[in-house]
This record gives sequence, C-alpha cells and structure tokens, in this order.
Amino acid sequence: MSEATLHQERAAAAIRLERALVALGIVALIAAPFVVYPIFVMKMLCFALFACAFNLLLGYTGLLSFGHAAFFGGAAYFCAYAVKAWGWPPEAGILLGTAGAACMGLVMGFLAIRRQGIYFSMITLALAQMFYFFCVQAPFTEGEDGIQGVARGHLFGVIDLGVTMNMYFFVLAVFLVGVFAIWRIVNSPFGMILRSIRENENRAISLGYSVGRYKLAAFVMSAALAGFAGATKAIVFQFATLTDVTWQMSGEVILMTLLGGIGTMVGPAVGAGLVVGLENTLATSGFPVTIATGLIFMVCVLVFRRGIVGEIYARWLARAE
Amino acid sequence: MTLIFGIPIQALLGQLLVGLINGSFYAMLSLGLAVIFGLLRIINFAHGALYMLGAFIGYLLLVHLGIGYWPALVLVPLIVGLFGIVVERLALSRLYRLDPLYGLLFTFGLALVIEGVFRYYYGVSGNPYAVPALLAGGTNLGFMFLPNYRGWVVVASLIVCIGTWLLIEKTRLGSYLRAATENPELVQAFGVNVPLLLTLTYGLGAALAGLAGILAAPVYQVSPLMGSDLIIVVFAVVVVGGMGSILGAIVTGYMLGLAEGLTKVFYPEASNLVVFVIMAVVLLLRPAGLFGRDA
Repeated sequence: MSEATLHQERAAAAIRLERALVALGIVALIAAPFVVYPIFVMKMLCFALFACAFNLLLGYTGLLSFGHAAFFGGAAYFCAYAVKAWGWPPEAGILLGTAGAACMGLVMGFLAIRRQGIYFSMITLALAQMFYFFCVQAPFTEGEDGIQGVARGHLFGVIDLGVTMNMYFFVLAVFLVGVFAIWRIVNSPFGMILRSIRENENRAISLGYSVGRYKLAAFVMSAALAGFAGATKAIVFQFATLTDVTWQMSGEVILMTLLGGIGTMVGPAVGAGLVVGLENTLATSGFPVTIATGLIFMVCVLVFRRGIVGEIYARWLARAE
Repeated sequence: MTLIFGIPIQALLGQLLVGLINGSFYAMLSLGLAVIFGLLRIINFAHGALYMLGAFIGYLLLVHLGIGYWPALVLVPLIVGLFGIVVERLALSRLYRLDPLYGLLFTFGLALVIEGVFRYYYGVSGNPYAVPALLAGGTNLGFMFLPNYRGWVVVASLIVCIGTWLLIEKTRLGSYLRAATENPELVQAFGVNVPLLLTLTYGLGAALAGLAGILAAPVYQVSPLMGSDLIIVVFAVVVVGGMGSILGAIVTGYMLGLAEGLTKVFYPEASNLVVFVIMAVVLLLRPAGLFGRDA
C-alpha cells in the first residue's frame, strides 16, 4: 500500500469512528434525562461545550489559554444580570452573554497574542485574574453572593423553561449547535490555516498568512462559544457566581480537554463528562476535589498525553492498518 | 501634619512600606521563576505552592518540634529545595523534550495537590507565626514608625536577590548555568553534567520559594491559600519584566510592589488590578517586556 492511500485509509477509518461515536453520543444524550438526573446531565453538557470551545483554541490553534473562565463566568454574569435586572427573555440573555464574552475575547486576545507560547498562557491567566478582581468589586455581580434567583422564563415567549424536560432539550440543542459550529470551523479552510499555525507558525507566516489575525479570530470564536456555554449554565442553575470566573475554573477546563484528548472533536466533551461526574462523586465522599484533579493532571501529563479519546483513536488507527 | 498631594505623609510612607514588602516577595518569587525558566524552559506554576510549603514547614517546625525562626531560615529552604530536586528527578526531567506547555500543566497539577493536601489537614484559615524576639517591636525613624521585622524582610530579600544574581553572574557554577541556558548540547559536549545542572537549578528555584515563604510567615498569616493568589500576580510581574534577565525580574518585582502600594493610597479600589493594568500597558507598548530580549 502506498503512503498516500495508507494515509487516506487512516483518515477514512478516523472519520468512520468519529461518526459512529457522534451518532451513539446523540442517542445517549436524548435518552439520558429519562435515566439520569437531568440537572446533572445539563451541567455536563454546559461544561462539555465549554471544553470543546476551549479545545478549538488549544487543540486546533495550539494556543493554551489559562483564562477561559473569564469568558465562561463573565457570560454567565452578563446573562444573569440581563435576565434578572432588565427582565430579558432567556434567549436574549444568552445572546448578550455570548456577545459579551466575544468582546472580552477580542480585548484579551489582542493583548495576549502579542506574546507567544508560555507567555501567552501567563498573560491570559493574569488578565482573567484581573477580571476576577473586577467581579469581586463591581456592584452588578453582587459580590460573594453572586446573582441569584434568575428566572428561567419562557423561551421565545412560548416554551416554559421552568419545566425540566424543556430546559434539558434546550440545553442539548445549545450544545449540539455549539459543537456543530466548532466542527464547521475546524473543517473549513479557515480551520486548516489554524492547524498550520499550530504545526509551524513560522512557515504559516512565510506562506503569507497574517497569523496574528487568524489567532485573534480563533481566540474570539473560542471565547464566544465558551460564553455561550456559560450563559446557558446561568439559565439552567438560575445563578451566576464568582466560582465560574476563578483561575481554578480555567484549570478545570484544561483538565477536561487534556483528559479527553487535546485536538479531538469529542475528547473534550468526554473529559468534561468524566470530570463533572468525578466531582459529583467526590463531593459526597469527603476526599478533596483539588487533590484528585491535581493528581489526574500530573498523571495525564506524564503518561497519558493523548487523552482517552486520543488513545482510542490511536489504537483504532493502528488496527485499521 | 505634612501633606503630599493631599495625603498625610505617614499614610503615604506606610503604604509605600507595604508595597516594598510585597515587592520583596514579588522580586524573590519572580527571580526563582526566571532562574528555573532560563534553564529548564518550564514555567513553574508550583512556585506559589512551594512558597506556601516553605511558610507551612516553618510553622510546623515551630509548633511540633519547637524549632524557631532562625534555624528554620536555613532548614526550610533545604527541605523545600530537596522536595524540588525529587520532583525534578521523578517527573520534570521526563518533560524536557516536550512542548513547554506540558511543564506548565504538570506544575499546575502539582500546585493543586500540595495546596489540596494542606487545605485538607489545616483548613483555609490562617495560622499566625510570631515575629522572632530579636526583631520584635519597631524603630521610630522620625518621619515614620518602622516595625523591625518588616525592615528585616526588605533587607533579607535584597540580600537574597543580590546573592542569587552574584551566584549566576559571577561564579563558575553560574557561568555553566548561563552557558547551558544558551546551548545545552554544547555545554554537555564540554563535559559539564547538564542533567545535574537542571536538577540543581530546580532545587535552587524551589529553595528560593521556600525561603520567601518562611520570610513571609510572620508578615502574612500562614495559610494554604497564600501561594496561589500571589503566583498569578508574580506571573504578571514576569510578563512585565521579561524573563531574559535576572536583574530585570528583581527590579520589576520591587517596582510593581511600590506601584501597588501607591495605588492603595490614591485609589484603593484598583490596588488589586494595578499590576495587571501595568502588564496590559507594557504589552501594548513593549511586547517583549521591559527587560526582555525575546519577542
């Protein structure tokens, strides 16, 4: 078999596997609320979209942002505030949260892409921490209490989101729309350029791409989608608090992506499900969550860098040969 | 009472002193980060946790073994440095050939574990650590009252910073270190044991963080959370200073501490934010950092 056909075979095998997993996943998600506590699955879905949005940046552009909590939590605040204080309907609140996160992404991204590699990570972390301090002091976030008692309201004025199943299928729709958007971005010519930047930034520059603009665009898209997830979470749980803007949250989304598989389409979602599930289990056991997440981090980095889905892909491809 | 810009001079000097103290810790920690990054190309996220570890070991030595401040000043850096050496040998040494991001992620996980363990056993509340008898009380400088211990912290941190700078710039070991930063393969070809050098460097960086921790113990409360918030500010300091030069890291640390102190006087609401704002401005005007060489 020639090199080229082998490569095609591999790509085809990967696509077959991916499609099977996606179909299986969607069926499972439709059935899930009838089997599992729906609020729990909604939480998983919000974090899964958050992790997929983060992966758009880390996995496909090669930029490690350590400040994505600012977009996730920031959007939650904007959405909760618009719904509670101005009486906006939920869909408008979520759109506002998403737009707000995109604007923040534009500012943070503009500053952060001025440095590369490890500095980029530190800058995003520092800017997100600045936003955290801003949220602690700004009156509209209601400080330590957070914005509580946000009404779920009626979607498009018709569908009552107070009904758990309505809420669930709305969140599922948000998740699928978000992930589809990421899939489209990644597999577009634009996405190819992002990957080329990840693989070799200097070569992309020498090919004539203005790398900075592409990075910034990817950063804004990732921020907006993270905000989409965060705003939806605010509607589900009916509150927005400081927890979602802390650096620990930025770390958590990195862990989800790393555990699931950096640069795979479904990996971050799987990782998010596992991390949220683990936290849920640990919450009742008394074992501290930070120790567990820290240990998983260390183990993943040392011996398991491909992540769960990445590892499955690698095995599958090895067999396909 | 003398006024400067409508502010009593005592208040101004008091906040400047607080700024100088904070700056001392920024300088010591960013120095350690710069030393580690220079050779290992790893951003040590665990630096804040090592600083906390230093303070806590000092506290535990005092409470359980009755070992006081002065012996702890020697013991704590040794213990934390040894811990660093073990971590480097067991884990970090396996990550050098990978993307530097993995080093950041590993040390982030390590920081979570160290912090989590202490939170689990000691809760989040602070434990007071008494100022050593020799440095108790204060001195009236005529224009302001200076608590002796705070004066000592500033002096000690200057000694530590200048000492480390001399070690790296003026000694043979330091010259090996600087050479290995430029070109590790070549230095190894000359018969220098570079892996050992890497291990010792991480140990030295960890020891510096531990020393900063024990110096900080009587100033701040000894708490499991004392390191994690500090480390992010120190990252901003490092971005402002650029990690190209040791001296740059030190100077930037003190400068930003003072800037923070001044902000507390004139616009207290922004005192948490000012370091980050300065970082953003520096990124706009001089992306490589004030003392940075790399773009």
